[in-house]
Amino acid sequence: MSRETLLQVRNLALHRGGVPVLDVPELDLRAGEVLALMGPNGAGKSSLMLSLAGLLAPTRGELSFKGTPLRSHADREAFRRRTTMVFQDPLLFDATVAQNIESGLKLRGLSTAERAPRVKEWAQRLGLGALLQRPAHQLSGGEAQRTALARAFVLQPELLFLDEPFSSLDSQTREELIEDLGRLLTETGTSAVLATHDQSKAARLAHRLAVMKEGRILQLGGLREVMNHPEDPFVATFVGMETLLKGQVLSCQDGLLSLRLRKGPADRELVAIGEAQPGQTVLIGVRPEHVALSLQTDNTSSARNAFPGAVTKVIPRGPFFKIELDCGFFLAAYVTPQSLSELDLRPGRAIVAAFKATAVHVIRTEGLDTEL
Amino acid sequence: MDLIWEGLRKALELLLRLDPEVLRITWLSLKVSGIATLISVVLGLGLAVLMALNEFPGKRLVIALVNTGMGLPPVVVGLFVTVFLWRNGPLGFLGILYTPAAIILAQAVIATPIIAGLGLAALQHLPPGLRLQILSLGATRPQMVWLLLKEARLPLLAAVMAGFGGVISEVGASIMVGGNLKGSTRVLTTATVMETSRGNFDVAFALSFILLILAFGVNTLLTHLQQRGRRS
Repeated sequence: MSRETLLQVRNLALHRGGVPVLDVPELDLRAGEVLALMGPNGAGKSSLMLSLAGLLAPTRGELSFKGTPLRSHADREAFRRRTTMVFQDPLLFDATVAQNIESGLKLRGLSTAERAPRVKEWAQRLGLGALLQRPAHQLSGGEAQRTALARAFVLQPELLFLDEPFSSLDSQTREELIEDLGRLLTETGTSAVLATHDQSKAARLAHRLAVMKEGRILQLGGLREVMNHPEDPFVATFVGMETLLKGQVLSCQDGLLSLRLRKGPADRELVAIGEAQPGQTVLIGVRPEHVALSLQTDNTSSARNAFPGAVTKVIPRGPFFKIELDCGFFLAAYVTPQSLSELDLRPGRAIVAAFKATAVHVIRTEGLDTEL
Repeated sequence: MDLIWEGLRKALELLLRLDPEVLRITWLSLKVSGIATLISVVLGLGLAVLMALNEFPGKRLVIALVNTGMGLPPVVVGLFVTVFLWRNGPLGFLGILYTPAAIILAQAVIATPIIAGLGLAALQHLPPGLRLQILSLGATRPQMVWLLLKEARLPLLAAVMAGFGGVISEVGASIMVGGNLKGSTRVLTTATVMETSRGNFDVAFALSFILLILAFGVNTLLTHLQQRGRRS
């Protein structure tokens, strides 16, 4: 992607009471992309978001929007008139839905005649057409957050900030809203920054992903890249790579690695795609959705890795189940409710777990001996 | 019992006759306390906004002082304002002691902390993210302050009512800095005190009624403003 850089961040640092809470040496937001900031609570997502949105003056560092640096209070105020933000709580005004949707336009000095058609259009696009005259305090949680989204989109922001906008909604409403938001972002081509602690939401909305921890960005890259090639154990766990194993490279031929696990029986060898030196210690990650379970070793399968083992735990995870296995080493797999009953999965059940060589991700090959 | 009935009857008579002296006292009370409340709204809300939106060293102390000020005894205010306005006091050059202006000043001193304290509580009760939300919609700082005040309008109007109620009903400061001068600084409360002490219960009753009606009328008006558009 060689798109125009919208917002450029250099050497951004934020201190609170003398304690550093943010340290971001470099970050670029590109026009038309959705960047997800991910991390656990307290990772600095919201602080970074507020700094990016010009709502929090950083302790040091520089932000520039389309090449113009944002230095003074007036710069930030002008910048805020071209962007907007949706928060976790809808934070609606004590007024009707229509008055709420037009509030930003009014603040930006648009006349009634200019506001009316835009308010109507965006109310309809978010399914609020029938609720325009309803007082905000009578709305359901989902309707309120839709109103907040309409209030943001009606401004046609050049950059939209979304700070955990769905966290306070029930799961059904959340699903609908994520779908609608994804559609609106695509239709309008709006550039956005989304803060979330939930990888599945990020996966559905974002083009790029930044994983944060303790005020720093650990990894920044394309969605698939970060999901499948985390550079560090923290990122790996955070993006849902539930199986993380330490191993050693036995051989490397034509990009095909043979690996032996540190734990478990010596004959358990894994085949992976990648490049590494024989003898090197590596961290191996397997995403649970890439592990297939069956009752017998299937010789016709293309899976290069197959291990007999036993089920240790069955954990419901929304529409599917997470199965934890002991194959001489830990392995996690996701199965559908149908597979669960067909394979009769329950603790103690003997099973064969299989996954392709391409499903084995060699995460990092340096510094592990000292760290782990 | 006869005393009461006789008093009530005469009071009604005075009211219906639209006694010019009673009317003048009523109008002065309304004017003095109204202006004092207006001044207190400007100062008190300004103070509340400053305290709500800014972090500064000693903020807690300032809030504690304002909250203490909400309970200032009118006689203490009366004493200090009298001393300040005394011929050779710091504000003696104004020459306003024993004029309605002095009562306005004293009443503003009483009502300002009430409106500031309740106003601060009203603003602090707003959702913490609302300020940032308003700014991110593109508001300038004055626009942001205006929207916050608008959002807190219900408790803010309650603060105004408390301020007005406090000054229209106080007597200590008014009598000390005004002097209860007939035709000049006599207000409903000071006149009631005087008539009662003279044994003119009928006039005192009439004045008390007017005071109650006035308080009721102003608060009804403010309540109407407050509850407007809140039918849910």
